[in-house]
Amino acid sequence: MSVSTLSAPAALVGSFTPDVFAAHLASLPPSLPGWWVARKRAAYARFASLPMPTRTDEMWRFSSIGTLTLDGFTLAAAASVPLAPSGIPEAARLVFANGRLVSRELLSTDLIARGVIVDTLHHALVHHDALVREHLLAQPLKLGSPKFAALHEAFLADGAFIFVPRDVQVDLPIGVCSHAIGATSAVFPHTLVVLAENARATVIEYFGSDDDTSVQFAAGANDLYAGHGAQLTYIGKQDWSHRALSIQSNSTVVRRDARVQSLNLHLGARQARHESLSRLAAPGAFSEMLALTVAEAGQEFDQRTLQIHEAPNTKSDLLYKNALRGTARTIFSGLIVVDPDAQKTDAYQSNRNLMLSDEAEACSLPGLEIQANDVRCTHGATSSRIDPEQEFYLQSRGIAKVQADELLTFGFFEEVLARLIDPDLHEALRLLIQTKFKK
Amino acid sequence: MSSLSDSTTLSPPVHDEATTVDHPAVGIDQTAGNFSYKVDYAFDAGTGLSEDTIRYISSVKKEAPWILEFRLAALKKFLAMPMPTHWATKDLENIDFQKIRYYLSQGQKPKRTWDEVPDDIKKTFERLGIPEQERKFLAGVEAQFDSEAAYSNIKDVVAKQGVIFVNSTEGLREHPELFKKFFGKVIPTGDNKFSALNSAVFSGGSFIYVPKGVKVAQPLQAYFRINAENFGQFERTLIIADEGAEVTYMEGCTAPKFSTSTLHSAVVELVALKGAKIQYITVQNWANNVFNLVTKRGVAHEDAEIKWIDCNIGSRLTMKYPGVVLKGERARGEVISIALANDGQHQDTGAKMIHAANNTTSNIVAKSISVGQGRSTYRGVVHIPKHLKGCKNNTECDALLINTNSRTDTYPAITVRGDKNSTQHEASVSKVSADMIFYMQQRGLTEAQAMSLAVNGFINDLARQFPMEYSVELKRLIDLEMEGSVG
Repeated sequence: MSVSTLSAPAALVGSFTPDVFAAHLASLPPSLPGWWVARKRAAYARFASLPMPTRTDEMWRFSSIGTLTLDGFTLAAAASVPLAPSGIPEAARLVFANGRLVSRELLSTDLIARGVIVDTLHHALVHHDALVREHLLAQPLKLGSPKFAALHEAFLADGAFIFVPRDVQVDLPIGVCSHAIGATSAVFPHTLVVLAENARATVIEYFGSDDDTSVQFAAGANDLYAGHGAQLTYIGKQDWSHRALSIQSNSTVVRRDARVQSLNLHLGARQARHESLSRLAAPGAFSEMLALTVAEAGQEFDQRTLQIHEAPNTKSDLLYKNALRGTARTIFSGLIVVDPDAQKTDAYQSNRNLMLSDEAEACSLPGLEIQANDVRCTHGATSSRIDPEQEFYLQSRGIAKVQADELLTFGFFEEVLARLIDPDLHEALRLLIQTKFKK
Repeated sequence: MSSLSDSTTLSPPVHDEATTVDHPAVGIDQTAGNFSYKVDYAFDAGTGLSEDTIRYISSVKKEAPWILEFRLAALKKFLAMPMPTHWATKDLENIDFQKIRYYLSQGQKPKRTWDEVPDDIKKTFERLGIPEQERKFLAGVEAQFDSEAAYSNIKDVVAKQGVIFVNSTEGLREHPELFKKFFGKVIPTGDNKFSALNSAVFSGGSFIYVPKGVKVAQPLQAYFRINAENFGQFERTLIIADEGAEVTYMEGCTAPKFSTSTLHSAVVELVALKGAKIQYITVQNWANNVFNLVTKRGVAHEDAEIKWIDCNIGSRLTMKYPGVVLKGERARGEVISIALANDGQHQDTGAKMIHAANNTTSNIVAKSISVGQGRSTYRGVVHIPKHLKGCKNNTECDALLINTNSRTDTYPAITVRGDKNSTQHEASVSKVSADMIFYMQQRGLTEAQAMSLAVNGFINDLARQFPMEYSVELKRLIDLEMEGSVG
C-alpha cells in the first residue's frame, strides 16, 4: 500500500502528498487507537488513487469542475486565533484553529455530572472508543465524491464530540467554532453529535477564516445521530473566506420518534459544496432540513441533499432558499428516496431561488425515487425575481425601491428562520443574515 | 468488429414479386397488436451492424452519395459514444447491437392504394384498423412495415394545397431543396448515442412540408409496425411547417410480442417557422420486449408553437424526452405526457425546453401511473440562459402508484439565468385514495372497475387533449392494463 501511495501522481493528490500525510500522522497524539490510524491510512490510499470528479459525473452535474483544486494549500498550526463572540449564550464551546483545539468553555458541573460530554474527538477516541467507533464517518457515501470524503478522513486532525445521555436536556446551545488561519491553510473540521434516548440539545457550528482574501481549503464533515425520541437542533454557519474552496458533507440519522432540525447558513467561500444526507431510520422519525444562502458575485453554492425514508411513518421536510446577487451561481440537487417498505412516508422538498441580478444563475434538480405507494411526496422548485406587485405596493406606501427590495428579501428569508423552534436563536440568526446582506 | 462481419449475411437484392404468404402465427391474445404474419422479405441487411450493413441500405435505397457519407460518419460516432448509463438505466446494456436486423423490406416504393399493398402486409394493417381510420378522419396515412412504408397516401384536396407527405427516402430523393436544409439540423447526429445509430441506419418515417399559410384541417397519420423478430426499426421523421402553416401529425405503433428483444430508435425533427403550429401526437403501444429509444425535438421560430402530446403505454424500456428549442420571440412549447408502466416496464419519459429568445413560454404537464412492479420516471430539462427576458416555464409532474411495489422517479433539471424570467416546478406522488375506491364499490362497482375509473380520472384532463378516437383508445388501453392489478 505504501508503495502505491508513494507513486501517486501529483495531479491526483495536489498539495496532499504522501510526505504531507506522513507528517500529519506524525503530528497526531500517540494515544489514538490503532483502528483509527489504520482507517486514516486506508482513507489516504483511497484518496490518492481516486480520480477527481468529472463533467459526466451525475453527482456533480452543473458544478464547476475546473475550479476544484487540491493545489496550493498548506497544513500548518495556527499562528493566531481571532475571538468570535456569537452573541448567543452557550452551554459550552470548543474553538478549533486549523484543526487544533485552541480554547474552550466548559459545561456546567451539573451537566457534566449528568453525563453530558463536550470534548475533542481526540479525547473521545481515547476515552469513549466504542461510541466514536460506532458513529464516526459511519454513514454510506451517497452524495458527492468518495475522493473528498477520503481526503477528509485521512487529514481529519481533531474535531468536536458531543454526547447527551438518556433523558438529559441541554437547554443552551453548544457551540463549535472552526477557524482556518493563514493565507493558504487547509482544514478538515469534524463534529460528531450523539443524542441518546429522549435527549435534547442544540448545536451551533461556525466556520470562519482569519482573512477574507485567504485562498483556503476546507473539507469538513459531521455526523448527527438522534436516538429514540431524541430532539436535536443543528445550526451550521459557513462563513469561510470569499476565496476559499469548501466541501462539507453532513450525515444525519434519525431513529424512532426522534426529530432533527437542521439549518445551514451559507455565506462564505468562492465555491462551496454542501452535501446533506438524512436517514429516516425508524418509524416516527422526522427530519427538517433548512438552508439559507446569500450568494454574492463570484460565488458558487452547490447543495446536494438526500432524504432516505427507510422505515414506515417517517417524515422529512426540506426548504432550501437561495438569494442570488451579482454573478452568483447556485445549484440545488435534492433527492427523496422512499424505500419499498416505507409506507405512510410524508416527504417534502422545496427549493426557492430569488434572482436579484441579471447575471446570476440558479440550477435546480429536485428529484424523487419512490418505491412505496402509500406515501405523500411532493416537491417544488421556483426561480424568479422579486414580485413586482409587492415591490410596487411598498413603493406606493412611500418606501424607496432599495428598501422595499431589502424588506422583501428579508421576508423571503423569514420563512426559513421562522421554522426555528427557539425564538432567541431565530432573533440572533435574523440579525446575522441581515447584517451580512447589508454589507 | 471484423469477426462479426462473418456472421452477417447480406442477401442480394431481389425483386418484390418473390413474396409468398404463409399461415398466420398462432397465439394471439387480447392485445390487439400481438400477432405476426410470416413475410418473405426481398431486402434483408442481415443480422448485425457494420459498414457493409450501411452500404447495403444506402444502395438498395439508391441514395445520393452525401447520404451514404452522412450515414457512415454517423456509424463512427455511434461506435465511439458510450452508453449513457452514468445517468440512464443499466437495462440499456442488455441491447446486443450485433443481434439486431437493421433493414427488412419488400420494396422501397410505398403503394398509393391499399389494393396494391401485398396481401400479407395489408392484412396486418386491416387488422389494426388503419384503412378504416383513414377513410373516417385522416388527411393522409403512411403505414410502415418494418423498414419501409408499405402504403403512403394523402387526400387529393390536401395535396393540391401543396402539402408534401412522403417517406424519408422519397423526401431526400425528390425534394432535396426542401428537406436537406433542415435534415439533421434540429437533432445533430452526435446528440446522443441513439440519434447517431438512427442517423447511420435510418429508413422510413415521414417527411412533411406544409406550405405558407396552409392549415391542414385533418391530422396526418403514420403507423409503425414491427413484424419481424430481432428487428430494429429506425424511422426518421422531419416535419416543416412554413410561415403561418398548421398541421397535426399522429403516430401509432405496435409490434408482436417476441421472446427476444426488439429495438426501436427513431429521430423526429420538427421545424415550425414564423407563426406556424405543429401538434405531434404519439400513442406508443409497443410490445413489452421493445427497447424504445427515441429522440424528438422541434425548433419553434418567432410566434410559432410546437406541442408534443406523448403517450407511452407499451415497450420494455422507453427513453424519450420530446423537446422544443424556442428560437424566436414569443415562441411557445408544450409537452403533454402520459406514461403507464406495468410489470417489467420502465417508462423513462419527460421533456426538454430550451429557451433561446425573449418572451418565450413553455409548459410541461406529465402524469404517470405505475402498476405492479412497473417503474415510471420523469426526466426533464428547462434551460433559460443569460440575458433573456420575459421567459416563463411551468412544469407539473404527478405520479400515481397503484401497488405497494410500484415505483416512480422524478429527475428535473432547471437552469435559470437573470432576474427577468421565472420558472416553477411541482411534482407530487400519490396513490388512489381508499375512500374513493370504497365509495365506488359501495355504489356497486367492483374494485377493479373503481380503480380503472380513478386512474382514468387522474389522466382525464390530459386525455381530453387527444383527438377523440385516441382518447377512447387510451381509456380502453388503461382499462386493459388495470385488469388484475388490484386484489
